[in-house]
Amino acid sequence: MSAPDIVWKDGKFGRTSRRDSWWLSPAAILIGLSVFLIYATWAAWQNGHYTYGPYISPFYSPELFGSSPHALFGPRPGWYPRYLPFSPALLILWIPGLFRLTCYYYRGAYYKSFWADPPACAVGEPRKSYWGERSFPLILQNFHRLFLRLSYIVWGFLVYDAVRAFFFPDGFGVGIGTLVLAVNVILLGGYVFGCHAFRHLIGGTFDRVSEHPFRRRIYQAVSWLNARHMKWAWASLLSVGFADIYVRLCSMGIWHDWRFL
Amino acid sequence: MGKPATFRIWRGGPDGGGFQQYSTSVEEGMVVLDAIHHVQAEQAPDLAVRWNCKAGKCGSCSAEINGMPRLMCMTRLNELDLDAPVTVEPMHTFPVLRDLVTDVSWNFRAKKTIKRFHPRLPDAPDGTWRIQQADVDRVQEFRKCIECFLCQDVCHVLREHHKHDEFIGPRLLVYAAALEMHPLDTEDRVSDLRHRHNIGYCNITTCCRQVCPESITITENAIIPLKERVVDRYFDPIKSLFHIL
Ligand code: SF4
Ligand code: SF4
Ligand code: FES
Ligand code: FES
Repeated sequence: MSAPDIVWKDGKFGRTSRRDSWWLSPAAILIGLSVFLIYATWAAWQNGHYTYGPYISPFYSPELFGSSPHALFGPRPGWYPRYLPFSPALLILWIPGLFRLTCYYYRGAYYKSFWADPPACAVGEPRKSYWGERSFPLILQNFHRLFLRLSYIVWGFLVYDAVRAFFFPDGFGVGIGTLVLAVNVILLGGYVFGCHAFRHLIGGTFDRVSEHPFRRRIYQAVSWLNARHMKWAWASLLSVGFADIYVRLCSMGIWHDWRFL
Repeated sequence: MGKPATFRIWRGGPDGGGFQQYSTSVEEGMVVLDAIHHVQAEQAPDLAVRWNCKAGKCGSCSAEINGMPRLMCMTRLNELDLDAPVTVEPMHTFPVLRDLVTDVSWNFRAKKTIKRFHPRLPDAPDGTWRIQQADVDRVQEFRKCIECFLCQDVCHVLREHHKHDEFIGPRLLVYAAALEMHPLDTEDRVSDLRHRHNIGYCNITTCCRQVCPESITITENAIIPLKERVVDRYFDPIKSLFHIL
């Protein structure tokens, strides 16, 4: 299937006959993702103000080692190298970070926004060479599933945190923070379980899905989530960032957690 | 009553060409193909344009309208801003034969490199098969394809990087998905998809899905599931070892 001879051979960066604002959506994504990345990186390095009462910031959970009462295995361990910076978030945040980095939706979005490959549909690209996800380094995107499996576990811990957020030192209660953490796990659940890899693993892998009636039910539900994967991705990104901000500002005494019950 | 509208139409051949401007009067309910026919009838009898059904079903009238790959017969003029000239070009990803007509035969040659449908032995003595509706739900979507090749046109792997030798493009990935996911098919195309058809070139930027006039969810329902099958085979030792999700 030899390549045909084409008139439009040498595209130039940005060349297009489109008249709409094609740059708008990639620019908005560039800004949105950059703001989140900068905030999340800053917040992860703080190693402070990540808990408030029964709440813990999702950036810091599960807290393997750390100084808060939420820590699973106690304070910073003695064997942890002195010269390495320490923060409970750094031990865990790479899992959701790499999960999102290798997510099919985000890949398509940041290839456009950050790498202009292509800048937008039917718009000329800055570079001639192209490897795609066929060879190193982007072939590593194929390991998305690995981070999916780790994300099931992290999500499980966040569910536990959301449940714990109902139990205050003076007993059962509901604060704004309780709702923030509860909404956050719902949105994160919609994102994680609407994952394309999960959709494949649960039912997409079968050519005769009717032979697996139970898996088929789940497959249908996952397909429903998956059809809205982009929305879940953004909603959960916003909520996870906001949950950290909420806990942080309460802990710093800038915001006051309001208790309903 | 008609009102005036201006069209910038690409005129030329295999060696190149350029835009020429035509004004004609347009009426309510018209599509771009009607306007092209007006121009052809009134001012440019030698303007080449291919069409057949004028109903969005034959896939012949593919072109680029104001820079976006679209069917001329399904693009209504009232969706376009007629205060500025409307640009109409042939598809950029295929060789131009003349004016708006391109040679899309590469697609048919590339299609032949995909292993054919190979059904299991018949289920009944009369040589027929039994299929559950649930099992064909997914592949039915792919059969809506009208082979307009607008998705091939917009795909940057072909359009910008001219990987026609190595990459089969979204239309043919949809075709491969229809066969590979078919409940009766026994052929294995996963190795070809990775090594011969280079599905890895697709970076899931979803332009193909955005232009498909049949609204086939190309990227999410065809390409990503095929990529996941490649992952099953080559990148996920854990799944086969431990049977986990
Ligand atoms: S999603 Fe893949 S096949 Fe579709 S246009 Fe983009 S790169 Fe091409
Ligand atoms: S998949 Fe859609 S855009 Fe591509 S050739 Fe078929 S109908 Fe046209
Ligand atoms: S595809 Fe988005 S999380 Fe897996
Ligand atoms: S003329 Fe048949 S699809 Fe447009």
